[in-house]
Amino acid sequence: MSHRPVVRISCTINGVAREFKAPPMRRLIDVLRDDLGLMGTKEGCGEGECGACSILLGGEPVNSCLVPAIQAQGADITTIEGIGSPGLRHAVQQAFLDHGSAQCGICTPGMVITAAWMVEKKLPADEVARTLAGNLCRCTGYSAIIEAVQAAIVAAQGSRG
Amino acid sequence: MLRLSPLHLHQPRDLAQAVALLAEHGPQARLIAGGTDVLPSLKLGQTQAGVLVSLRRVPELLGIDLQDGQLRIGAGTRLAEIATDADVLAHLPALAHAASRVASPQIRNMGTLGGNLCLDTRCRFINQSDLWREALGGCLKSHGSECHVVPGGQNCVAALSSDTAPVLIAYGATLELLGPQGTRELALVDLYGADGRHHVLLQPGEVLVAVRVPLPGPGTRVAYRKWAVRKSIDFPLVSVAVRLDVAAGRLTGGTLAAGALNPRPRVLDLAKWAGRAVDADLAAELGQFAFDRCRPLPNVPYDAEYRRERLAVEVRRAVLELGVIPS
Repeated sequence: MSHRPVVRISCTINGVAREFKAPPMRRLIDVLRDDLGLMGTKEGCGEGECGACSILLGGEPVNSCLVPAIQAQGADITTIEGIGSPGLRHAVQQAFLDHGSAQCGICTPGMVITAAWMVEKKLPADEVARTLAGNLCRCTGYSAIIEAVQAAIVAAQGSRG
Repeated sequence: MLRLSPLHLHQPRDLAQAVALLAEHGPQARLIAGGTDVLPSLKLGQTQAGVLVSLRRVPELLGIDLQDGQLRIGAGTRLAEIATDADVLAHLPALAHAASRVASPQIRNMGTLGGNLCLDTRCRFINQSDLWREALGGCLKSHGSECHVVPGGQNCVAALSSDTAPVLIAYGATLELLGPQGTRELALVDLYGADGRHHVLLQPGEVLVAVRVPLPGPGTRVAYRKWAVRKSIDFPLVSVAVRLDVAAGRLTGGTLAAGALNPRPRVLDLAKWAGRAVDADLAAELGQFAFDRCRPLPNVPYDAEYRRERLAVEVRRAVLELGVIPS
């Protein structure tokens, strides 16, 4: 279709107000990676099955490969770049290091996003496996990931008293 | 990686605008709410659209309201909300359970109830890319004239994989629809037709606005059971909702709604077991009844005969789950 308008979209990404132009149906993952240079979000299947592209939209995990750019209008977005920093790791990132939870690494940003949300929600540790249902990993067999997330939840609850 | 072809998107601000846009653009327009079903379908060429009409900013589609002895759930309500809503959990626990079993948290945070009820049908053949299907000349549902899962079949038998449809049929849900001719009500069970190409029997230009569910009486319980190879993401390969109405420890009526068989759920009346106690014997009989009356096709993965036996098992387990009804 020749008629392909570009719209101006304002949102907050990782706590910073951002503005960009994009066709409304451009995928949010492409905006994040290609237009805004936030390459931490990975693309796996591109059809909402694998969760590698998970981000937090309005505080809830979604697959950014299925989110049209227009849906970012006015939204609060957190990508993996907004979780911790090299000097001050998020509890989930430290737990992934401690438990050897990453192998090839493609699923890791999405796993960490969903796990950070679980920590924020103070999810019971026995719900971790079920809640990671939308994040597929072809390397680890999941045990090390689930242990890490459970440890992060326990650590976060401990530190908050 | 399959790319979505450029599409024009309209974002109506209310229901009247949405209906007007559908009327203006006719058959080339498709509705999009959460997008988790329609976007992959468009990419795979399972469905076509020239224009998308987004329902995301339509306020009339949102909300869960308890009123006049029924629960009214806006079609745009996200599945994650339905799975955790206090009123749904209190009055329609099997619906909350079914919503919690759809796909993954990410999908449930985007996907809506209306989208799950209007889910496109799929089979082992159609659920591939256009390029892949073209190698066999397409099929009944994709530019072809031959069914590759039931050779010789004239009707498309792609299955409805909705988790919420069987359970809402068992609860006796009705739909509020708005179209160019105005509003109308439709029993959910009548939404579905037998042809997988056009299984959602909405009139052209009609929008599903809300689902109304009468609050079950104290003796009514519904159970939903889903079987798939993986516990996450997968569509059901066997799914069944069982409703039992019980008074003074005896069955007074019931409904069985099985999904993932055909383009529409298979709905069976259980009235002939009225007067029976809800016990292991009844569970076994109803399992056998489902086995006798449902014929899974080789349209979705896994052996059809296995799924037929599995359906009987799931029905039996559903009845046993419900057998703890205090009488």
